[in-house]
Amino acid sequence: MKILVCVKQVPDMESKFKLNTEGKWYDNTDLAWRMNEYDEYAVEQAVQLKEQVGEADVTVLSIGSDRVKEPIKKALAMGCDRAVHVVDEASFAKDPFEIASIIATFAKDKGFDMIFTGMQSQDRGSAQVGVLVAEMLGLASISTIVEFAYDNGQVTVRRELEGGLKAIVKAKTPALMTCQLGLNKPRYPTLPNIMKAKKKEMLTLEVATLLQVDAVQETTRMYFPEKKGGGIVLEGDVGNMVNEIITILKDKTGVLA
Amino acid sequence: MKTLLVGEYRDGKLLGSTYELVAFAEKLGADSAMFLVGSESDLPQYNGTLYFADLSKYSEFNPTAHKQLLLDVIAKEQPEMIVFSHSSYGWDLAPRVALALKAAQVSEVIDLVDGNLVVPTCNSKLRRDVKSKTAQTVVTLQGGAFGLNGEPSGAPTLVKVETDAAAQVEFAGYEAVEKGGVDLSKAEIIVSAGRGIGKPENIEMIANLAQALGGEYGASRPVVDAEWTEHNRQVGTTGQTVSPKLYIACGISGAIQHLVGMKKSEFVVAINTDKDAPIGEVADILAVADLKELVPALTEKIKSL
Repeated sequence: MKILVCVKQVPDMESKFKLNTEGKWYDNTDLAWRMNEYDEYAVEQAVQLKEQVGEADVTVLSIGSDRVKEPIKKALAMGCDRAVHVVDEASFAKDPFEIASIIATFAKDKGFDMIFTGMQSQDRGSAQVGVLVAEMLGLASISTIVEFAYDNGQVTVRRELEGGLKAIVKAKTPALMTCQLGLNKPRYPTLPNIMKAKKKEMLTLEVATLLQVDAVQETTRMYFPEKKGGGIVLEGDVGNMVNEIITILKDKTGVLA
Repeated sequence: MKTLLVGEYRDGKLLGSTYELVAFAEKLGADSAMFLVGSESDLPQYNGTLYFADLSKYSEFNPTAHKQLLLDVIAKEQPEMIVFSHSSYGWDLAPRVALALKAAQVSEVIDLVDGNLVVPTCNSKLRRDVKSKTAQTVVTLQGGAFGLNGEPSGAPTLVKVETDAAAQVEFAGYEAVEKGGVDLSKAEIIVSAGRGIGKPENIEMIANLAQALGGEYGASRPVVDAEWTEHNRQVGTTGQTVSPKLYIACGISGAIQHLVGMKKSEFVVAINTDKDAPIGEVADILAVADLKELVPALTEKIKSL
């Protein structure tokens, strides 16, 4: 069984963001980077599937600058077998259609039985790429999965819906799944596995060899939202803060009366 | 401008979010028609053409058939914009339709400013104005971002549509997430734990503050996903929607899925080390502090009152 899992590197969302000079994206410097959280579930599911079926080969793919070798290495240490690094210094500026096209062009004719992606990225958050890749490849796809089971070419999943419902959906491989938070418990790479990962194959491809389309949308401006809440900001000594909170709660709410 | 609004059904009923699409079209000053896979027993109150496909034939989740039904309607109506909710139905179907149309899809639109589509980025810490470069544009709307001024009214003109597109996946029914136990929707005071509590043992600290206040404790999604507490305490889109007199958010950054579930709270206190966390947008008090210090101190003080 051939499995593909796609990962994106994103900034830690707790970061202090600044805008880049064009004012169209955030500044890429001075940020802590990590694997997109949704993609960690995708990697874990790919590796679990390999462990279940035995005979399987898991390829992890990421698009970006040299920096994205970090999440690639993490995915290899989690148990992926080989990696593809699509080198693109400007991946952050590409729209979901372009990113999906790059992945689909790579995956075409490679005979992947299963493809896993995150349901969205934490930074751009378009929730499009996985489904677009499947549509481009003509594969069945199921988005936002929170449970996954595989048996002899048959996939049975639960999709997470709003308001406390799940939908049970079945598909036959080849298929693509987009993974929601909570799907599984992503493992932590162990030291021996981190060492082993260093010996695994990493194929490097220039983005120009895979990108055959133009963007269909553009970000004209990025900015910080206006602070509209008239909320009180408390800082400093915790003891004073406690007293201030209690005073305000007594004054503005009935809960301490 | 002409828009096509894609209404939504769930478990045999029309979803109220369908009216948010109508509100969006109104704000845009655009003409609209609607598409819906539903049942004639619960139709939207809407003055316009409703392209209607029967639920019993196409089911609530059949992306291939729904896509084909929509593409046929789009070919006939020629809308410039096709509008979905940014929901489990919308974000699944919209990219399929967008690709078939070779159209741009702009996801999770929260506002329209001077004709620009505004979307959140980086957990709502940033905003982007996005421009489509294609003749037709697919958009998905963030839940709750657009609302009608009054009650919905009107009666649609039904145009029935059909397709013989075969399903690629099989929808085998719904399953309820385990509920019961804690009904947070009736709680007057809720203290909620977010990822910022750091470790499962710290749930106790949150529960203690809730108890001192005579309330219940809740949690954000990451805390439930990590199994630090049960799903029946989750506040947000996929958990419970709450409206207490006091909501204290401890170590919760304020992802939109959480905010949707608690923004009707009368008074919100947020405790967070990140002064720029989006939870600050809805907080009446933002205490920039380590919750592991502030929460126990606050609990002791309240107990002593």
